[in-house]
Amino acid sequence: MEPILTVDNLKTAFLTSSGKVQAVRGVSFSLNKGEIVGIVGESGSGKSVTSMSILRLLPDTARIDPESSILFEGRDLSRLPKKQLRDIRGQKIAMIFQDPMSSLNPLIPVGNQVEEMIKIHHRELSGEELRKRALALFQDVRIPEPEKRFAQYPHQFSGGMRQRVMIAMALANRPDLLIADEPTTALDVTIQDQILKQLRALQREWNTAIIFITHDLGVVAELCQRVLVMYGGLIMEESPIDDLFERPRHPYTLGLLRSIPALNQDKGARLDSIPGSPPDMTNPPAGCPFAPRCPYARQICARELPPYAAVGEGHRSMCWLLQPDAPAEGNPFREEEAR
Amino acid sequence: MSGPILEVTDLTQHFPVNRRDVVHAVDGVTFSIRRGQTLGLVGESGCGKSSCARSIIRVYDPTGGRIVLDGEEITHMSQKELQPRRKKMQMIFQDPYASLNARMTVRDIIAEPLLAHHVVKSREEANDYVYPMLERVGLTREHAGRYAHEFSGGQRQRVGIARALVLRPELVICDEPISALDVSIQAQVVNLLRDYQQEQGLAYLFIAHDLSMVRYVSDLVGVMYLGQLVELCAAEEIYAHPLHPYTQGLLSSIPVANPKLAREKEQSGIEGDLPSPVDPPSGCRFHTRCPFAKEVCSQEAPCMKEVSPGHQTACHLY
Repeated sequence: MEPILTVDNLKTAFLTSSGKVQAVRGVSFSLNKGEIVGIVGESGSGKSVTSMSILRLLPDTARIDPESSILFEGRDLSRLPKKQLRDIRGQKIAMIFQDPMSSLNPLIPVGNQVEEMIKIHHRELSGEELRKRALALFQDVRIPEPEKRFAQYPHQFSGGMRQRVMIAMALANRPDLLIADEPTTALDVTIQDQILKQLRALQREWNTAIIFITHDLGVVAELCQRVLVMYGGLIMEESPIDDLFERPRHPYTLGLLRSIPALNQDKGARLDSIPGSPPDMTNPPAGCPFAPRCPYARQICARELPPYAAVGEGHRSMCWLLQPDAPAEGNPFREEEAR
Repeated sequence: MSGPILEVTDLTQHFPVNRRDVVHAVDGVTFSIRRGQTLGLVGESGCGKSSCARSIIRVYDPTGGRIVLDGEEITHMSQKELQPRRKKMQMIFQDPYASLNARMTVRDIIAEPLLAHHVVKSREEANDYVYPMLERVGLTREHAGRYAHEFSGGQRQRVGIARALVLRPELVICDEPISALDVSIQAQVVNLLRDYQQEQGLAYLFIAHDLSMVRYVSDLVGVMYLGQLVELCAAEEIYAHPLHPYTQGLLSSIPVANPKLAREKEQSGIEGDLPSPVDPPSGCRFHTRCPFAKEVCSQEAPCMKEVSPGHQTACHLY
């Protein structure tokens, strides 16, 4: 299948008073049409900066490395002139964010804001046609009483309903790619559940590809077909969804999975937490960024960045333990294989 | 060691919004916490779990009901009368960024409750408590002279925990103590709270919306909906045999970190949004979203009743 998006060696840094923050340090992945890919990581892992780099929604202090390329439908978004990029934003690639309140204008009725989104890319449409299309979108994202809701202001909407409006706006022009940056993190589980169902239905119906950014492995398991696990500005592991949960091949992924209590967790047992905290990205470690917190770290881990090892169909991981010369003893990935 | 550390009976907390309207934040909540036990309180935002905690710690003056702390009724005590009793009851807040004074060093933050309660007379004396406490929560002496902004979220929450625990309280109210933290850091903080409980035998009122974490830390779990407690039972029981349709819906909404189970999961969840607490629905407050609602549900409010030993729920189905 032809990929719709190919990100190659993406490096994004921010220039700050305390030095250069290397937020993304060489990220490569691709996305097929209609595929849902999750990017998981902690705050500071570079997952949001990766997604913001795709549409170049970055502050002026940000620099995308000239070697990087972001190919979307044959064009390199990292080099595209601003004007052409504007035609892609909201039209071919749309985005939804964590906080739906700050993404809506509090002074304009919600319906008009959705209309505006359509109008930007379809100047030719009449007012009546715009309203018809916007109302249809309200129905698509299942906002109850769309006619009444249309004229209301954002403050009259609950958090879940606002997020539905954001999705309606994002889908206004039937984008080929939807980037969702923690869209359910601020919502309650019951509302999150409703939104996830909505996204799944839209993806099925319209074959929209989705990049879903989250820190919640549960959400990933429910929604995504493939996962990228990010840490320290790098993809630590990339895997099809089932394989990641059944055969995690990176100590960081292992740690993450063990940190969440399962619903059948033995309550007497302590949770396996990952000690320490994430690295400072103004001065990232020379070797593997996870080495300072990794229970399996050896000398080489702090010194040198490991190459990717292919560990299955579409499954790669960046860890010295997966290299042929890695010790067999105390190696969580070898012992499992031997069994 | 007699009697529960906290008994809450029929607690009601209303807030007037204007001359006509009243927010029914908490309506007739009853539970008790035994010494050394953890009660988890779960529910959606706006269900009244935080208001409940704040009434108990008497940030608010309760509209009705009784709060008994360690055998003494504190419902209507003046702040002056309360002051010496506050030592027994401390709080850990959700936002480790907003709940620490940015202009105080970590040493001063942790020493403040000691000075306020006259446990120590001077800052120097306080160090004897501050240093061991810092080490207990996984920080070091060297951190004492620093300010909150120099720390990560997880470290700040450790400072907040040290501040709450330094008085050796018998009850700690944890209001979403881990929601603002990264997954790998959440487990660190939860382990810390549990270890300290095993050492000191203190009780927690643990408020969170992360149900799997609540089950893991709690002995008892209470589920709140629109200001009312709808189900209360042992933590294992609530996951194994949820009775109230709201609890069932809430549990099925939790994303399962297992793709195979997630696909097999029955698609249920809960439809719709939380109704306004200014004008809560008649009868059972959940009837507007309940898939099993009968006629009686919109007319009559169900009472909490014990359906099986130690398992209470307020629902007309039982």
